[in-house]
Amino acid sequence: MASLVFILVVVIDLFLLASSRLGAAIRTVAIQGALLGTLPILLLEERHSLGHALVLAVGALAIKGFLIPWLMFRAIREAAIRREMEPIVGFVPSMVLGGIGIALAFAFSARLPLPNGLSHAYLVPTALSTVWAGLLLVVSRRKAVNQVLGFLVLENGVYVFGLLIADFMPIMVEAGVLLDLFAAVFVMGIVMFHINREFSSLDTEKLSALKD
Amino acid sequence: MLLRTLFHLAALLALPPLVVGLVNRTKAVVAGRKGPPLLQAYFDLAKLLRKGAVYSRTTSWVFRAGPVVGLAAIASAGLLLAMGGAPALVSFGGDFVLFAYLLGLARFVTALAALDTGSPFEGMGAAREVTFASLAEPALFLCLLVLARATGTLSLSGMLGPALPGAWGEAAPALVLAAIGLFVVALAENSRIPVDDPNTHLELTMIHEVMVLDHGGPDLAFILYGASLKLFLFGAILSRLVLGHAGGGLASEALFFLGILLFAVGVGLVESVMARFRMVRVPQLLVGASVISAFALVLLLR
Amino acid sequence: MTIALVLGGIALPLASGLAAVALARRPAAAQAAACLLLCAGAALAIAASVAVLLTGEAAVSVRLALRLDAVSAIFLLAISLVSGLGAIYGTRYHSQAEHGAAAVRLQIFYGLAVGGMALLVAASNAIVFLVGWEVMALANFFLVLTEHEKREVQGAAFLYLASTHVGTLALFAVFALLRHAAGSFDFAAMEGVRAGGVLGARVFALALLGFGLKAGLMPLHYWLPPAHAAAPSHVSALMSGVVVKTGIYGILRVTGFFDAPPQWWGVVLLAAGGTSAVLGVAFALAQHDVKRLLAYHTVENVGIIALGAGLALLGRARGAPALVLLGFAGAGLHVVNHAVFKSLLFYGAGVIQHATGTREMDRLGGLARRLPVTAALFTVGAAAISGLPPLNGFASEWLVYLGFLEALRSPAGDLVAFAAVGAPVLALVGGLAAACFAKVVGVVFLGNARTAEAERAHEAPRAMLAPMAVLALACAAIGLAPAALLPPLARAAAAWSRSDPRLLAAPALRAGTSASLVSLVALALLLLAAALWAWRRRHLAAAGRAAPVDTWGCGFTAPTARIQYTSSSFAELLLGRFSWAVRPRGHAVRLEGPFPAAATFHTSVPDPVLDLALVPIARAYGWIASRMRVLYLQRLIQFQMLLILATLVAVLAWGFVW
Repeated sequence: MASLVFILVVVIDLFLLASSRLGAAIRTVAIQGALLGTLPILLLEERHSLGHALVLAVGALAIKGFLIPWLMFRAIREAAIRREMEPIVGFVPSMVLGGIGIALAFAFSARLPLPNGLSHAYLVPTALSTVWAGLLLVVSRRKAVNQVLGFLVLENGVYVFGLLIADFMPIMVEAGVLLDLFAAVFVMGIVMFHINREFSSLDTEKLSALKD
Repeated sequence: MLLRTLFHLAALLALPPLVVGLVNRTKAVVAGRKGPPLLQAYFDLAKLLRKGAVYSRTTSWVFRAGPVVGLAAIASAGLLLAMGGAPALVSFGGDFVLFAYLLGLARFVTALAALDTGSPFEGMGAAREVTFASLAEPALFLCLLVLARATGTLSLSGMLGPALPGAWGEAAPALVLAAIGLFVVALAENSRIPVDDPNTHLELTMIHEVMVLDHGGPDLAFILYGASLKLFLFGAILSRLVLGHAGGGLASEALFFLGILLFAVGVGLVESVMARFRMVRVPQLLVGASVISAFALVLLLR
Repeated sequence: MTIALVLGGIALPLASGLAAVALARRPAAAQAAACLLLCAGAALAIAASVAVLLTGEAAVSVRLALRLDAVSAIFLLAISLVSGLGAIYGTRYHSQAEHGAAAVRLQIFYGLAVGGMALLVAASNAIVFLVGWEVMALANFFLVLTEHEKREVQGAAFLYLASTHVGTLALFAVFALLRHAAGSFDFAAMEGVRAGGVLGARVFALALLGFGLKAGLMPLHYWLPPAHAAAPSHVSALMSGVVVKTGIYGILRVTGFFDAPPQWWGVVLLAAGGTSAVLGVAFALAQHDVKRLLAYHTVENVGIIALGAGLALLGRARGAPALVLLGFAGAGLHVVNHAVFKSLLFYGAGVIQHATGTREMDRLGGLARRLPVTAALFTVGAAAISGLPPLNGFASEWLVYLGFLEALRSPAGDLVAFAAVGAPVLALVGGLAAACFAKVVGVVFLGNARTAEAERAHEAPRAMLAPMAVLALACAAIGLAPAALLPPLARAAAAWSRSDPRLLAAPALRAGTSASLVSLVALALLLLAAALWAWRRRHLAAAGRAAPVDTWGCGFTAPTARIQYTSSSFAELLLGRFSWAVRPRGHAVRLEGPFPAAATFHTSVPDPVLDLALVPIARAYGWIASRMRVLYLQRLIQFQMLLILATLVAVLAWGFVW
């Protein structure tokens, strides 16, 4: 069951790399966040506390699955944009690069020296793939909204890594991660509002017009 | 055993137009219409086979050879197909390569016949068809490689045989992804939405339909039957992949034909629910299918 | 006895040119005599090759340092077949009666090239090998220069000469290193050299450079398209069909010396092969000159052969005899197959050029009605090169696929990874090749004639059609009966890897039974097609066929030949996928005013290695050199003395310090 969730997370990464419709992309990131929310419960073993896992799961579901997508939808409603035109790295090369990264992650992650909290064979590769996909999105997309989505995906990947050492990490640090995420999206929302107000578009390439 | 093979051969020859009928009926039901009779495709074929032929001045023997060689190639590919868990009529290691290349031969001669008419519409259709087919080939091979690796055999009869249902135990995620990839390839190779619209009347938006625009009479009958046969071949592979039954015998056969029925309904649903992609998006779709199948293969590497 | 045949196969072609000179006053007889001599030599060589392949025993002559083993026999077979048919083709294509002294020169150098190639594949000594190699290379240079009045021919020939000499230099280094390790120039002494360490790496790298330049592996392919397009068609057939294969022969021979080649050799060859295959066919799609397109397809097919050779090397490194057999058999069979269908296609291109005077595809069209036999034979060649069953291209590509599938089944993860990348790449290449040749056949032969030259085309004379027919028959025969060819290929694989033939027997038997079933399906295909054709013919005779009409133009009432798809438009959608490598440059003219004057639009595709790397580097080097020269010449004599002194001091210091 957990394997299927991990595979689905990776497939969502690939879908995001190919998607040009902003609404669909935001909804997909929300789904990915919700899926990741179920993971602490699925990976639960006897020595962990159920309450701890439940809090983590509910927190992730609420923030990643509902709150942040809601903020994003508000941002794009203000800017009235619907699509990403051809990004800096085209859709097909993004997919191919993402695929290569995923293949390498799955093939070689067994050799990484990691602490023995390894609860599932697919955990580390999924985390690496999601981080890689997030980085690709941040680097190659033109619209600020897509870059924020890339950052969200990156955080999702870091979250999966965090599950690796969930028994060692106290709840405070996990809450800190989620709060950091929330704050970053909030700040980005403000920035996007200002970019849009200045240029009537969310194309970040227009920012270079600001320099002299 | 021989009886079973003969039964499969008869099913292979007789059922494909029914599959097309099922797809059309599904689309009609979803659209709220009554739709044509299920056996309409048979009536169409019979009507076309009775007609004579008109050929254009521009065409040569290539135009007349196209439908004949195309149908012969697809039918020969059918000889390699394993149905219902039983081995195919002809099977050997590496036969799926021959299978894919026979379908490629059919496409090649159809494209040549299209270019023979000297019309820009057929040229356009041929150009698009060969482009999308070239991009679909790696995806098809990757899906079949996933099957080969999961079952440990190299022939279609082995990959679709008794080993496949057993392989779901440990290779389930990979096989799911391979099924998705194979479904996308099936849509692309059979010119279905979202790659091509089989019902459009505008030549500029056609791909497969416009390639065969000038064929009529028995030639068109060969082409329509060949297309339905190709759809049946892909449906058979997907049916066995998704609904495979470990034991042999009647249950496995019944599930196999049920799977083809579900495949036809599935294609009809996809065609009713989605719109056709812009031409630029189709390569992205096919590359996406390749990447997903490659990911499935990576999962089986461990 | 067999070795005498081999000697005849070398000597007679070398001498054939002299017949053309001796009887120069009666050109028809002269050319016939030269052709006869060359064909006689080719026949002797074919007989020798077949004998060696059937028995598995090598033909040796110690005194002349010749040795024809099963590996050499495959290549000698291809060389003799193509050269003999080319000579027959040349009697009408480039007849001495029409071209006089140029034809005499061509026949001399053709004979020299063929003799040189036969010498080098039969050599068992590095010196003899290099002699044959140089004779072949220089003869090819003069062959390319046949129409030396044209500028593009001069440029292409010079590029070829420079590249082949760089390659030969690398080969000198290779054999010097091997002699140092083995103690003698004999190949027999070089067998069993240890591959570990620096020696093996250097030999492999230099061999890849030298032989890869001749074979046309990317990125060393840049000289191929200009040279093969500039030469006369039967010379292009010889060059594409067999001369580049001598590069493959060299790689196989040199890697065959080592007992345990390391794994990275196979991987490098696989990577080079895959790149050549994909990029070769992508660049071929962008061409609109028939012969340049065929030359890029040669790059693609050399890539496929390299894939097979890489698999075989990988098999030797990992001790997998099945991989060795399948990889080598695929590569070896593809060598012969490519020689056959590429020559067929080049002969067809020659007929087209002969009939219409142009090689530009967009100026042709509708030639199937004027040249029916050529069109049919060319289509067979096009289907063969696309790897479509039931022809020979499928047989050899299928063997390479079997090699990849064998790697897929192994428990080792990295072999599975090679298969997982290699098989889809090969599938992509096959699909693209079929697309490209649908374009060629469709634009050149089908539809309507686009220009007056195409309308006036005439069918080729029988002397040009007969070799094409023989080659087409060979395509069909090899394609329908590949199982018969597996035992000789297995013998050659055993000879190359110097392993026990019994180890390779089991995989060969399995592949053989599968190949017989491939033939069965191919026969079923032909029977079905024939049955359908017969049924339709009878039915239309009864049901009646209406008079021919014009093609439906969707209500457009004034169709012309120019509304048809051109080669560039056909390939445009596909080339969009490869825009990262193939960057066409368009030279357009802006149309101004309500009644613009006549304008032209022209696209060309620069070769990345040649036009974007080598030419700018050469230009930069030339600029630096001219600046240095000015610096040098404008000064006083004392400055020049100072330069000489400085160089002397530097050399002495280097000698002392190092």
